[in-house]
Amino acid sequence: MPIQYYIILAAAIFCIGVTGVLVRRNAIIIFMSIELMLNAVNLLLVAFSKMHYAVASAATKNMEVNTGTDAQLFVFFIMVVAAAEVSVGLAIIVMMYRNVRSIDVNFLNRLKN
Amino acid sequence: MTATEILFWFLSALALFSALMVLISKNPVHSVLWLIVVFFAISGHYILLNAQFLAIVNLIVYAGAIMVLFLFVIMLMNLNNASEPQRNSLIKLAGVVAGCLLLMVMVSAVRSAGEISHSQATSDGGIGLIENLGTVLFTQYVVPFEISSVLFLSAMVGAVVIGKK
Repeated sequence: MPIQYYIILAAAIFCIGVTGVLVRRNAIIIFMSIELMLNAVNLLLVAFSKMHYAVASAATKNMEVNTGTDAQLFVFFIMVVAAAEVSVGLAIIVMMYRNVRSIDVNFLNRLKN
Repeated sequence: MTATEILFWFLSALALFSALMVLISKNPVHSVLWLIVVFFAISGHYILLNAQFLAIVNLIVYAGAIMVLFLFVIMLMNLNNASEPQRNSLIKLAGVVAGCLLLMVMVSAVRSAGEISHSQATSDGGIGLIENLGTVLFTQYVVPFEISSVLFLSAMVGAVVIGKK
């Protein structure tokens, strides 16, 4: 598939995530929108790694090429960091719920005045 | 139209539709379920790109572990009934317009980029297979791998410390 299709798909998913962060007030939904954005970026990285591989294997005939492996490992590390981030973030949301009995982000305006 | 193209368009439509449903649905549990559908669609894209290791890891880590964590938290807080107060519609409209404008900027930038206009993302080649990835991970990327285990340990300790009290 042409790489532009993947870029536009990932951009669309990313923008849906941005819109979710801007529109919703539920802290958990905002968090899920952030996950959506992370996944859009992962998809784009994988598509670019395969594009890179196609270019490299066209340049060098009859040879074993490993170009693009780095990008996929990068995606792997992004997933690792995302898992750690989710565990801490959800703990913070639970603590916030215990303190204010709500997960509406508009209650978190104590720094405002 | 080949089978790959049909699968590509189907998975793209599924991913976009379910991503929109994540935002639209009032019930947080439904949002989580739609997000799982998004992750399955993205895993399908990985398989189409022959990145099989990442497809499986995406399913196990995201759809398996992280979403179950989300579901646990939502059900622990008993948020099943939609009690969320809405933002006023002007702010909502502004958010939607901002998102659409961002998409427009990105799409027009991609359309005018000449460098990538003839590039293809192939599905052949074995760089996404577990053998190749494992070799590179445990030779060139050993140090980041070990550091990420330390990161996990600290995240675990942090979650426990924040969560108890």
